[in-house]
Amino acid sequence: MKIVFSDITLGYYRHPVVHHLNLEIGEGTATAIVGPNGGGKSTLLKGIMGFIRPLSGSIILEDLSLREIGYLPQSSAVDKTFPLTAAELIATGLWKTSGWFRRIGAADRARIQDAIRKVRLSGMENEPLKALSGGQIQRALFARLILQDARVIILDEPFNAIDFKTINDLWELIEDWKKEGRTVIAVLHNYQMVREHFDDAIMISRELIARGKPDEVLTEENVTRAFGMEIFPHHNAGICRRSPEKHDHHHTEHQNVEHHH
Amino acid sequence: MWNIIIDNIWDPLFSYDFMRRALVSLFILSLSAPVAGVFLSLRKLSLSGDALSHAILPGAATGYLLKGLSVTAMTIGGILAGTLVIFMSALFSRLSRNTEDSSLAVFYLVSLALGVLIISLSGSGVDLMSFLFGSVFTISGDTVIFLGINAVITLLIMAVILRPLIIDSVDPLYLASVSRCGPWVHFAFMFAVVMNLVAGFEAIGTLMAVGMMVIPGISARFWSFRLGTIILLSIVIATLSSLSGLLLSFHLNIPGGPSVILILGGVYLLSFLFGFRNGLLFKIFSPKHYES
Repeated sequence: MKIVFSDITLGYYRHPVVHHLNLEIGEGTATAIVGPNGGGKSTLLKGIMGFIRPLSGSIILEDLSLREIGYLPQSSAVDKTFPLTAAELIATGLWKTSGWFRRIGAADRARIQDAIRKVRLSGMENEPLKALSGGQIQRALFARLILQDARVIILDEPFNAIDFKTINDLWELIEDWKKEGRTVIAVLHNYQMVREHFDDAIMISRELIARGKPDEVLTEENVTRAFGMEIFPHHNAGICRRSPEKHDHHHTEHQNVEHHH
Repeated sequence: MWNIIIDNIWDPLFSYDFMRRALVSLFILSLSAPVAGVFLSLRKLSLSGDALSHAILPGAATGYLLKGLSVTAMTIGGILAGTLVIFMSALFSRLSRNTEDSSLAVFYLVSLALGVLIISLSGSGVDLMSFLFGSVFTISGDTVIFLGINAVITLLIMAVILRPLIIDSVDPLYLASVSRCGPWVHFAFMFAVVMNLVAGFEAIGTLMAVGMMVIPGISARFWSFRLGTIILLSIVIATLSSLSGLLLSFHLNIPGGPSVILILGGVYLLSFLFGFRNGLLFKIFSPKHYES
């Protein structure tokens, strides 16, 4: 299994958010994606999920189907007013096996209870969603990920506005997933966490800044460069004429060619 | 005691053909419309449903122009027009990145304008009022049959799409991440909504049809946090409101459709006041909180 980014440019309204990226993420690795807001981290994940179409280049899932990816978006769009219980929300993680019609049987119920125990939501499972706090919703969404039983797990800033106790509990799950040989890809802003839990880091800020071991990537020089990058779209930018073969680091084509449409 | 019940409830309902027919029609409608309506309000589309109800007008009017007062022609026309509008607004919002409600607004208003135009062009004195407000007491046998077919199809569609529809309502991004069926599920659901709007329009009129769909579900949410209970309760509310609405209409000699909706409004008010879940009195008169 491999996820290959081949000269990929992703963006909105023809403006690239992240451009000409060449990367590979291999099986069983734990990769952290870091960089400034607006630098293209979430966009990259949406590209993997096929939510947005590349402006150019391609993302290839080798020996991996979208169904085998568990994805937790940045600020989850869970509608807490919908009349479901925590357990019912968690049970939607069984979609891959139970689909449109199959009954949720005793074995499934055991798996649901097991997932609820693992995220330490026991006692809350029959509460309506609106009774759950932000941290409890996040625990429920991690339980749903457990049920998804995905080979690749993608987490987009999973610890936003989450307290340290919940974060510690959820890290245990992520560590379990790593031990089980699942591929974990996570966008994080806490570099301490990246150093502690990941063997691979990718820093992007509209383009690839660095890739490698966290200590090599999270250097002062790289951080300065990443956060000093211009991350706003230029509305009078010209058309990019960079050819896919060239991987030089000049990207004047995107930013400096003055050409009014 | 028995005499009062027989004189005021039993006799009016069962001694007259038009009352029996109206009752049966509304009971059938109560089986399907609130089920779609519960999801309409849960998906925050209650008022989009209202907009959609106007969109079926040109189809029904064209059906009338071509075939006269034929239930089949008006039904097919209405369903075609409604389906076209939801399809076009979904398509245009996807292509333009506008929200679906803004493109729906455009398409339903254009559709409504076309409908009014067609009705006025016909010049044959089609009663716009009966289009808009329906006439539950002049329902034909054909309409009753259509209501039955509609109920069966609606419940079938809802049974098939129930799971993905729930997931799409509570966490659409999650559904998108595990399946590509989201847009199709939404479309099938909106088709069921259109069917029920056409059915409702023939029974109680364009302007009242959405009320029969969404008010029962909105009221039921004051009584339960469980989706299954809410759906069943909304059917019960719609059925009982139909019954009492028709009686009200009979005794006060007022139109049937609006009477049913007024009763539903009353049920909503009672639910808002007395509902176990978030009802107003429940909030006011439970000042003590638990220890933990």
